[in-house]
Amino acid sequence: MSPSTRIILICSGKGGVGKTTLTANLGIALARQGVRTAVLDADFGLRNLDLLLGLENRIVYTAQEVLEETCRLDQALVKHKQEPNLALLPAGNPRMLDWLKPDDMQRIVNMLAEIFEYVLIDCPAGVEDGFKNAVSAAKEAIVITNPEVSAVRDADRVIGLLNTHGVKPVQLVLNRVRPKMIASQEMLSIDDVTDILALPLLGLVLEDEQVIVSTNRGEPLTLKENQSPAARCYSNIAKRMQGEEIPLIDPSKEGSGMRDKFKRLMQTKIF
Amino acid sequence: MTLRDILNKLLGRQKTSASTARERLQLVLAHDRSDLSPELLDQMRKEILEVVSKYVEIDIQEGAVSLETEDRMTALVANLPIKRTLSIASSSEEN
Repeated sequence: MSPSTRIILICSGKGGVGKTTLTANLGIALARQGVRTAVLDADFGLRNLDLLLGLENRIVYTAQEVLEETCRLDQALVKHKQEPNLALLPAGNPRMLDWLKPDDMQRIVNMLAEIFEYVLIDCPAGVEDGFKNAVSAAKEAIVITNPEVSAVRDADRVIGLLNTHGVKPVQLVLNRVRPKMIASQEMLSIDDVTDILALPLLGLVLEDEQVIVSTNRGEPLTLKENQSPAARCYSNIAKRMQGEEIPLIDPSKEGSGMRDKFKRLMQTKIF
Repeated sequence: MTLRDILNKLLGRQKTSASTARERLQLVLAHDRSDLSPELLDQMRKEILEVVSKYVEIDIQEGAVSLETEDRMTALVANLPIKRTLSIASSSEEN
């Protein structure tokens, strides 16, 4: 296996915070930068990565058949038509619920690492067996969360587990950020979340209706030339992963009008 | 607490929900991270107070034993104002 391959687990603990959307968009964005990228859907009970990438009708085999040697790896990989640098591998199908073990995950990820420069593992929600399988194969992790109490609490739990499994580095993506709500202090700020979770921030993603439109179509936002706010955020994250220095913006510190300045003043922490 | 919170307090308004979220999270995470149940923490608090009051007279009303967390490190913090030292402490050591 190539030692330089980056094997990154994308996890959150809580379901519905945007793991799969992040995986799909980062996969496309990295592929567009010319990097050979594989996305592995480790959530085989409830898999959805195929749907978000628009590849749901093209899956023939899964990692299970590869490990059973009923097919070759290249037969199971589903190449993205527009971005051929990206390939999807579903870990299994929903009918075989507890087939894969941590050993199997490691074997399949090692096979992917021979071919690809990035392996992004879309982790199932929860902290039980599905998570443990996925984490066993990962070298590093991206924890994604929303500025909401339940999502932050679950992210904290996952970060603890990543530490026990020795996964390092772990970086944070804050999803569904609403600058206006942060400005009126009705949403946890970027600093609040990074202070509480004590993780370096890889990026934030603005709340954007286009995300729903893109999932409806099965075309990740990062595919487009003319990018919406969330798409720009995803692309920036992919660039930072590649070592480019793209400054982070704190939406609560944007704006130079009197109103913005006043709102900022009101956020000053006294104690 | 932010400037807006202070202003809201002066105007008799509710605290901002982000402040409330922050405080609630810090408390719940300190417990999550320590894996201590509230009952166990309470028992520990009682025993700590018992041990300490063998040596010094403490202000139980003012005293507090709590979990605090910063940078993923959880600390047990005891704040026990001492009223006076008990003379038994030194004599029991001699025995």
